[in-house]
Amino acid sequence: MADLEAFRNEARSWLEANYPPSLKTPMTEDEAPWGGRKAVYKNPDIKLWMDRMASRGWTAPTWPKEYGGGGLTGEEAKVLEQELRRIKARPALMSFGVWMLGPVLLEYANEAQKKEYLPKIVRGEIRWCQGYSEPGAGSDLAGLQTKCEDKGDHYLINGQKIWTSYADQADWIFCLVRTDTSKKHEGISFVLFDMTTPGVEARPIKLISGSSPFCETFFTDVKVPKAQLVGALNKGWDIAKRLLQYERQNISAGGFGGTGGGLEIEDIAKKYVGTDADGRLADHDLRARLAAHRMEAKAFALTVRRVEQELRAGKGLSPATSIIKYAAAKLNQDRSELVVEAIGLQGLGWSGEGFSPREIGETRAWLRSKGNSIEGGTSEVNLNVVAKRVLGLLDHQ
Amino acid sequence: MAILTEEQTMLRDAARDWVQARSPVGAFRKLRDSGDGAGYDPALWREMGEMGWTGVIVPEAHGGSEFGYLGLGLVLEETGRTLTASPLLSTALTAASALLIGGSEAQKEEWLSQIAAGAIVAALAVDEHAHHAPEKTALTAVKSGRGWTLNGGKAFVPEGGAADLIVVAARTAGQPGDADGLTLFLVQGDADGLTRTALKTADSRGYANLTFKDVTVAETAVLGEAGGGWPILEETLDRARAGLAAEMLGTAAQAFDVTLDYLKTRTQFGQAIGTFQALQHRAAKLYTELELTRSCVEAALEAIDNGSADAGALASLAKAKAGETLHLASNEMVQMHGGVGMTDAHDAGLYLKRARAAEAIYGGASYHRDRYARLLGF
Ligand SMILES: Cc1cc2nc3c(=O)[nH]c(=O)nc-3n(C[C@H](O)[C@H](O)[C@H](O)COP(=O)(O)OP(=O)(O)OC[C@H]3O[C@@H](n4cnc5c(N)ncnc54)[C@H](O)[C@@H]3O)c2cc1C
Repeated sequence: MADLEAFRNEARSWLEANYPPSLKTPMTEDEAPWGGRKAVYKNPDIKLWMDRMASRGWTAPTWPKEYGGGGLTGEEAKVLEQELRRIKARPALMSFGVWMLGPVLLEYANEAQKKEYLPKIVRGEIRWCQGYSEPGAGSDLAGLQTKCEDKGDHYLINGQKIWTSYADQADWIFCLVRTDTSKKHEGISFVLFDMTTPGVEARPIKLISGSSPFCETFFTDVKVPKAQLVGALNKGWDIAKRLLQYERQNISAGGFGGTGGGLEIEDIAKKYVGTDADGRLADHDLRARLAAHRMEAKAFALTVRRVEQELRAGKGLSPATSIIKYAAAKLNQDRSELVVEAIGLQGLGWSGEGFSPREIGETRAWLRSKGNSIEGGTSEVNLNVVAKRVLGLLDHQ
Repeated sequence: MAILTEEQTMLRDAARDWVQARSPVGAFRKLRDSGDGAGYDPALWREMGEMGWTGVIVPEAHGGSEFGYLGLGLVLEETGRTLTASPLLSTALTAASALLIGGSEAQKEEWLSQIAAGAIVAALAVDEHAHHAPEKTALTAVKSGRGWTLNGGKAFVPEGGAADLIVVAARTAGQPGDADGLTLFLVQGDADGLTRTALKTADSRGYANLTFKDVTVAETAVLGEAGGGWPILEETLDRARAGLAAEMLGTAAQAFDVTLDYLKTRTQFGQAIGTFQALQHRAAKLYTELELTRSCVEAALEAIDNGSADAGALASLAKAKAGETLHLASNEMVQMHGGVGMTDAHDAGLYLKRARAAEAIYGGASYHRDRYARLLGF
């Protein structure tokens, strides 16, 4: 315990000395520190903050030091998180590499691969994207068809991915490919390759919110060195599933990022709907639904905390973790709907005169939130898994 | 489906055919992408006039067909299916209703005949803030010489930018919040002192914010009696709500049909996704809601046609129910399409955006639940 306090003090003074003061304003979307070769830093302090944190391995606090990580225990990482929150620090690095790929590399990759890929992830040098979904393989991910052939000294990949988030911004892709067409799950392999390899093409797709964060990604005779296969050939499905666990865990832990520009939902409602003489929201019906939402949000936060406590107490992963992604998606979507409803027609602007940037931001965030129950596996699939694996309710045979 | 007369059936079938041929969703998408500020296609609007849709509730004496609100609702349901953007609701239902309810013979003769002929666009300007609240009208009208002078603002006026004629709710006495002291005025779109700012909204329709700076109108511009605007306004709004609910029913029904089709055609795990019971029950529930909504919408329109005393409560019921059903249908449309439902290239987003705007206009479900309770006396 004393050690932990010493760590806290050390972290606190280091953060105070090293957090760039210019980052004390709320982060805008174009300031998100995704790293990578294509990154452009509006404010050089964003890069400075990333580099400073990376130099301590704190962009991946619990990864082993030998791979560039911080080597912290779970307890220490928690303290670091608290200290970062205390100074309202922006994230130093946002990264599919840290959230999804790194953890499975630690578990499944060989030593050479760990040494090659992990440090670059920690330093934000390489930005990764996720090549899972295909036009015909979404919920039924294992139905994927992207073909990967053994050509002796290399693999040859042909096929198409879709909904590949940030494929046009990413440097490398972790990709599920079919290496055996005679089996479904046992014919899938997990490969890594550079997005600048000849034959790779990413075409942005526009979302209903107006932005284009994801792409259709095409592979035509893409040559991949054999050393870039992770795990054994045809054993990629286990890695794929494990990575999905990390993805969902991460999505849930961070919520879906509906920030509301720092305003709580009830403040937004008071501003646009007004209050009665007793200070209650003037629209009593909306007030009751807002209260119900706040209670759900509290119940969710308490559940996340309980799961974490049980994990730290060595009781293993609570079955409650299985509902977290579903609940987080629903919560964020409910919040967005309530915000837009509270703002009224002022919350349905698209651009131009008559709407503040914050109002338009809320409209776009509401539209974007519709994807929360689809990305990272749909809510229906999530509930199917809970019903089958947790509750033992099997399909009738 | 209500039992329709022969005329009503013909009207609905004609609307259905025209919408398919001339105004599919693709036409709305094109309009949106063109970034045209008017928010509707003048050529299609002209065709609506030629087909007589602008005169469906207008008496024959003023050049209309007098087919009634249920008739016009049938047309709006069809145009709602394909998100047809037009001033039909605003002109031929809402403004026409205000004139029918409160207009003098001279006003009716002047304006209803032009509406029936499809010669003008008309609008109702009530709300001043982002939430529907007619009694909170603050825009003032002060007696001046032989007429009135208007000062203040109106927000999110549907078709406010294009309107040749605007029915404006103004306060001539009392305080914002009082139903008493409101007066309705007929103001021309090109009146001196009137500034219109077109808005770019998520649903890509034609809304405008209006600013009135010393806009003067003659005494003959008063609709009904000075200070007697509230009952006319409420009745007008109820008709507008019922008409909008009919449009929303069509929008929800189409969102459902497209989704149902996808459930039958999209395969995952080697079978149509519609074979999964988790989705089957949700589709069946949505169907249930659509049927309940249809009953409410038709009952409200029929009550207006019959002059029933419960038309107001039924209008609130229809608007609230249509809002909730469209809310659900538009959300399910995105969700059941998976990733493709999140793309701009798919129509689901268009339905979702239109849904929320239509839900909010003339009062959302929470507004109408409250009003319903008040009308029922609790
Ligand atoms: C914003 C966003 C970002 C994304 N980013 C990425 C990415 O970076 N990389 C990547 O690989 N993918 C990404 N995806 C894709 C995502 O993982 C898929 O969209 C998702 O898995 C669903 O697949 P699908 O779109 O093919 O829908 P489908 O699987 O066709 O589903 C359609 C509907 O059927 C339902 N359904 C399917 N099967 C069942 C069943 N058995 N029981 C009940 N209901 C069922 C679904 O829940 C859904 O409602 C992203 C998606 C979104 C929206």
